[in-house]
Amino acid sequence: MDFKLKYYLQIADNALILSHRLGEVVSRGPYLEEDIANTNVALDLIGMAESIYEQAALLEDKGRTGDDLVYRRAEHQYFNANLVEQPNKDFAYILVRQFLMDAFHVYFLTELTKSKDEFLAAVAIKSLKEVTYHLRRSSEWMIRLGDGTAEASERTKIAIRNLWKFKFELFTESEADLIMKERGEGVDLKVVEKMWRQKVREIFFIAQLEIPEGEFIVGQGKSGNHTEYLGKILAEMQFLPTHYPDAVW
Amino acid sequence: MLTKELSEDQLLAEFDLKIASDIKIEPRDWMPEEYRNQLIRQISQHAHSEIIGMQPEGNWLNRAPSLRSKKILMAKIQDEAGHGLYLYSAAETLGISREQMIAALHAGKAKYASVFNYPSLNWADMGAIGWLVDGAAITNQVSLQRTSYGPYARAMVRICKEESFHQRQGYEIMWRMMQGTEDQKRMAQDALNRWWYPALMMFGPHDADSAHSSKSMKWKIKRESNDHLRAKFVNKSIPQAELLGLKVPDVKLIDEASGIYEHTAINWEEFWTVVNGNGPCNKQRIEHHIKAHEDGEWVRKTAIAADLKHHTN
Amino acid sequence: MNKEDNQGQLWEVFLQTKPGMAFKHVGSVHAFDKELAVQNARDLYTRRGEGTGLWVVSSEEIVAVTINEAEYFFEPIDKKIYRHPTFYNLPEGVKNM
Ligand SMILES: [Fe+2]
Ligand SMILES: [Fe+2]
Repeated sequence: MDFKLKYYLQIADNALILSHRLGEVVSRGPYLEEDIANTNVALDLIGMAESIYEQAALLEDKGRTGDDLVYRRAEHQYFNANLVEQPNKDFAYILVRQFLMDAFHVYFLTELTKSKDEFLAAVAIKSLKEVTYHLRRSSEWMIRLGDGTAEASERTKIAIRNLWKFKFELFTESEADLIMKERGEGVDLKVVEKMWRQKVREIFFIAQLEIPEGEFIVGQGKSGNHTEYLGKILAEMQFLPTHYPDAVW
Repeated sequence: MLTKELSEDQLLAEFDLKIASDIKIEPRDWMPEEYRNQLIRQISQHAHSEIIGMQPEGNWLNRAPSLRSKKILMAKIQDEAGHGLYLYSAAETLGISREQMIAALHAGKAKYASVFNYPSLNWADMGAIGWLVDGAAITNQVSLQRTSYGPYARAMVRICKEESFHQRQGYEIMWRMMQGTEDQKRMAQDALNRWWYPALMMFGPHDADSAHSSKSMKWKIKRESNDHLRAKFVNKSIPQAELLGLKVPDVKLIDEASGIYEHTAINWEEFWTVVNGNGPCNKQRIEHHIKAHEDGEWVRKTAIAADLKHHTN
Repeated sequence: MNKEDNQGQLWEVFLQTKPGMAFKHVGSVHAFDKELAVQNARDLYTRRGEGTGLWVVSSEEIVAVTINEAEYFFEPIDKKIYRHPTFYNLPEGVKNM
């Protein structure tokens, strides 16, 4: 597969699958204002994914649309990180997953604004404003969760313990990452990781949360290897186009 | 602070005068207890309807067949959450808290529009809900912009502005379905058949059988009668259905010359069955809401307990 | 009100829709602290990008005049019509005034 197309898909798939998970909790928020805030994040992410898929479809040049890329790809053709497909076990899982991804997006997109690929640079500039807001929101929630009631702190620690192993994958380079970086069109994930670590440390410190020890490298989403959850997400998401292949919606 | 000492009768006379001259009643004004209670009942019911109404659409959110439709549906459902918020706030100005309203909903003491106790069974339901259910709601809400209670009227103005895209997105879904495959057309007609009567029932019982209507009209809480609004809606919707190539169930043309339609008898027995808790989804809808509320309890508690003041500034 | 579990305090929201315009009351919102109040207000009242500025203030801090008091609060001021520019008869031809 074309490395550039692959790079586009890695970015868009992360945003899409994460927004899908957030979509699952619409009407299930802890209180209404939070429900609305969560939906705003999901909408921003879908918007970002959509524009990248459309451009990816043009790059691919096989007469497919952005929607075809979303609705007519199988599990192993998805390149999102395993982290974003992890289920919404409770509000702590949702917010820890969100915080880790928001921080990733902020530093990843910051680097991407310098891309020689004009399209990617433009997407990065636009989306950076949105994810900066997301990070502010999820950082504050980490503090409310970590430094609030004992129950919240306990739940948050459990979520961190179980999600932490998936974060390493964000910074492991795929071939597409490597080539794009060398061409000055992609980002250096080492730089992103450094900034990311700093932010996570800072917020965890304020929130009185601990970074788990050990480096467990789990997940190879960039190679199309996923947890069991992605298959079910796609089964639901792709139901109509799969069941009625001739329909235009 | 100085206040005018007025007797109950004088206050009532002043209140009636305000209503008669279309001056809005504001939260800190004197008002008869019955007016206050009637408003709390109606506004909280309206707020709950917006919130419970998120569920039948939420049922298809993760199965939306295109990114465009997914985005639109998500924004639409989010708007309904916002409408619920505006209305809860309007009700709160009358001295009831949001918690009390939620508790009443969970206890089955507060009602919501019974239309949301029907299931959404195929993608065209997203079209039918936007077109007919939001359409019926808009017909009602446009008239409520002139309601006598200030905060309620202002919430309605804001809501009506936002509603303008809801009905259009629903109609657009129906249009796309009718341009599509036989399966899609079947879904569209099926959705219309299932949502038509529930949408008509949204206007409430016939004027003659409506328990709260006359007082509501007198106090200008309600500005147009149930039957009047329902007829308006029927006559708006039929030509829209025809344009789509859909057939509205059981309507008849009562005035050929002016093209006025009338719906046939509504099954009020079904209406009351659903209102009284035995519709297909009543239990499911309330359980969903209770679960979210209970799952969220620890989150609300930690938000109260956490003191962000010494961390941020 | 249950202090242990509630929906947060009430805040009043003021929105500026264009730079330089006055902030206008648009409604209220629930939140547990200042940060959430301003974020919740943003998410609720600027979903269509209608804002350039946003204030929130705790509803408890609002002091209001009741309609019954309004008569003596506002009417005396209304009598000082000489405060209004239209009170004055100026010779025709005077400009930029
Ligand atoms: Fe609504
Ligand atoms: Fe609506």
